[in-house]
Amino acid sequence: MKPVRFDYKRPATIDEACGLLASDDNARILAGGQSLIPMLSMRLSRPSLLIDIAHIPELTALVETETHIEIGAMVRQAVAQKSELVKMHIPLLAKALGYVGHPPTRARGTVGGSVAHADPSAEIALVAATLGAEITYRVEGADEVFDASDFFIGPMLTIAPPTGCLTRLSFAKAPVVCGTGFHEVAPRKSDYALASAAAQINFTAGSGVTSIHLGVGSVGDFPERLDVDLLCGTPLDDAAITDAVHAAMQMVETVEDLHATAAYRKRVATELAIRALRDARDEISKDLNQ
Amino acid sequence: MNDVTLTINGKPVSGVTEPRVTLLDYLRDVAGLKGTHAGCEHGVCGACTVLIDGIAVRSCLMLAVQAEGVDITTIEGIGGSGAHAGELGVIQDAFCETHGLQCGYCTPGMILTAEALLSVNIDPTEHEVREAISGNICRCTGYVQIVEAILLAAKRLGQRNDAATSDTTVA
Repeated sequence: MKPVRFDYKRPATIDEACGLLASDDNARILAGGQSLIPMLSMRLSRPSLLIDIAHIPELTALVETETHIEIGAMVRQAVAQKSELVKMHIPLLAKALGYVGHPPTRARGTVGGSVAHADPSAEIALVAATLGAEITYRVEGADEVFDASDFFIGPMLTIAPPTGCLTRLSFAKAPVVCGTGFHEVAPRKSDYALASAAAQINFTAGSGVTSIHLGVGSVGDFPERLDVDLLCGTPLDDAAITDAVHAAMQMVETVEDLHATAAYRKRVATELAIRALRDARDEISKDLNQ
Repeated sequence: MNDVTLTINGKPVSGVTEPRVTLLDYLRDVAGLKGTHAGCEHGVCGACTVLIDGIAVRSCLMLAVQAEGVDITTIEGIGGSGAHAGELGVIQDAFCETHGLQCGYCTPGMILTAEALLSVNIDPTEHEVREAISGNICRCTGYVQIVEAILLAAKRLGQRNDAATSDTTVA
């Protein structure tokens, strides 16, 4: 349980970090380290250089723009979980953060690091993919933006450029009336989930439901957004939700391992997605009845 | 090799370390504080929990070089201070009284996690206590007495605060 030898650098700016990343093919960015350090300890990862981005001041910003909430790459999960901006404008992320690890790992782990790491069962990556968050990387001095819905392509595999450094995530603010739901099944609390589902329904007075976001995680090689747009304009009754989720889940490829079969994962993810959508719908009904 | 300067239990410490040394190994082998226990060494068991700037974190999931400039509290720094130096702290006392430990391997981590909880939540519910220690594994007690210990400590700390407040009123 001891990592291999590596060099360690603590850059003060993003461009300096990118320069270091480009200087060594086997360099890795270290943010909160809650996933990377176990991999180092088990020698699953053997970098020659670690670039610690914790001392780059601009990466710790959590700010509101007119339409979005921007979360810097070094914003800790515990900070995001307590943030009023996140609670008010990204309620789905606020809900999911309680499922991420334990309080001591959330104190160090970062929101951006979880997305860059791209574990198939990561709750934050699932929320980002479900909501289509914008992921910004600094690549050779310029910003490149990716849509989280098609950012993840495999287990711990993304389309991020190898010499890029994730700088921030940007989530569109949820409308005043919206409902969210998040569910997962894990062998133990906060363990890697066997199946997870996230849902958000956006509502506008006058036009009703404007968009429905649904995603499932932990079942395949990466978190996946499901298309349930046909539910817009329906009364969102239980039967319609169930049919739409069953139809959408047919496209999802599930994986099998020691812990659960592919069939089990699919069955559970389907049920969790149905529950997440129902929760979201019920939250809206509650809001409207108040 | 990299320089690292930090504060451990109120004392400034500085030294040179290989970057691959975890904070856990630094505390045990360089600072000589063996109370921080090495369990799984990959972030699952919570035996190595320490406080960094008052917040519970796992010292095996941090490199010593990442701890540059931080203030660390280990189990050695949690007992009584001043006139009570060398005595057990309130949480430690409560663990003894309720038999909140058997083999004792998880205990430093449990106590520091409890300390972090009670520093922000003086009157936690049983659910909040269980949530706080959910990342700390104990294979002996079944957790019931650990939860009892933390609730007892919370009660005593609350009473002590009440007493301190009423003293001030009298004065």
